[in-house]
Amino acid sequence: MSDRKELTTPTNAAADTATRPVAPAVDIFEDAGGITLLADMPGVSRESLEVHLDGDELAVEGRVELQLQEDMRSVWAEVQAPRFRRVFTLSRELDAGRIEANLKDGVLQLRIPKQAQAQARRIEVRAG
Amino acid sequence: MPATLFARPQGLFDQIDAMHRLLSRSLGVEGSPGTIRSVAQGAFPEINVGRTARSLEVFVFAPGLDASSIDVVVERNVLKVSGERKSDIPRGDNNLQLYANERPVGRFVRAVSLPEDANTESVEARYKDGILRVTIALVEPKQPQRITVQ
Repeated sequence: MSDRKELTTPTNAAADTATRPVAPAVDIFEDAGGITLLADMPGVSRESLEVHLDGDELAVEGRVELQLQEDMRSVWAEVQAPRFRRVFTLSRELDAGRIEANLKDGVLQLRIPKQAQAQARRIEVRAG
Repeated sequence: MPATLFARPQGLFDQIDAMHRLLSRSLGVEGSPGTIRSVAQGAFPEINVGRTARSLEVFVFAPGLDASSIDVVVERNVLKVSGERKSDIPRGDNNLQLYANERPVGRFVRAVSLPEDANTESVEARYKDGILRVTIALVEPKQPQRITVQ
């Protein structure tokens, strides 16, 4: 995947694995009005969350903040990346200008409504 | 600020551990060998543990929970964290199309063996931004005692 940000990171392997972000687990579902996306991003605060749109690419990104003491050392680490990132491609009938984002307890909720004209409508069949 | 909490502890056994992991993966068994209470990687919630001179800090990555619904118990030097995460996918809408369902749901229990110098009388738990942080105080190391030979 082409990604400007990642191209600027050092190319040596150790630094690469140290900074490579993890893709958050997501639920995605669609109803008549639009698409809802839920992403697990524990440790990401409102300040460190970034949701940005570039063309039809929607990127969700966040830094995990743990507030560590100076002398802390790692004893056990299952989460090995301090950063989440995932990119989604939006389709044309979605109204990217009206995306709503809400972050609560480490879960990001995005609501991407459909364009008004893209919502399914019933076409009346006339007799005669 | 140390960013080291996301690194696996380095040590003599690191390479052996890495090899083990590689082996177990090729045998189709997920996860790395650790303590008996550690489970396969990808378990929910994930846990990181850090240690300072004064305390042990356990970080439980459990987003989307109600602080009041999380159970934190210390029993015989084992810290147990349990709770339940409900699905956020609406039910009953027949027109709903589900494209991704990756977020784990259901009851969970995770346990961490505490070191011998943990002071289990002094445990604090806080839930913020989807991370449960449990701080366990450590008892002061005893000064070496000199015994006079009579």
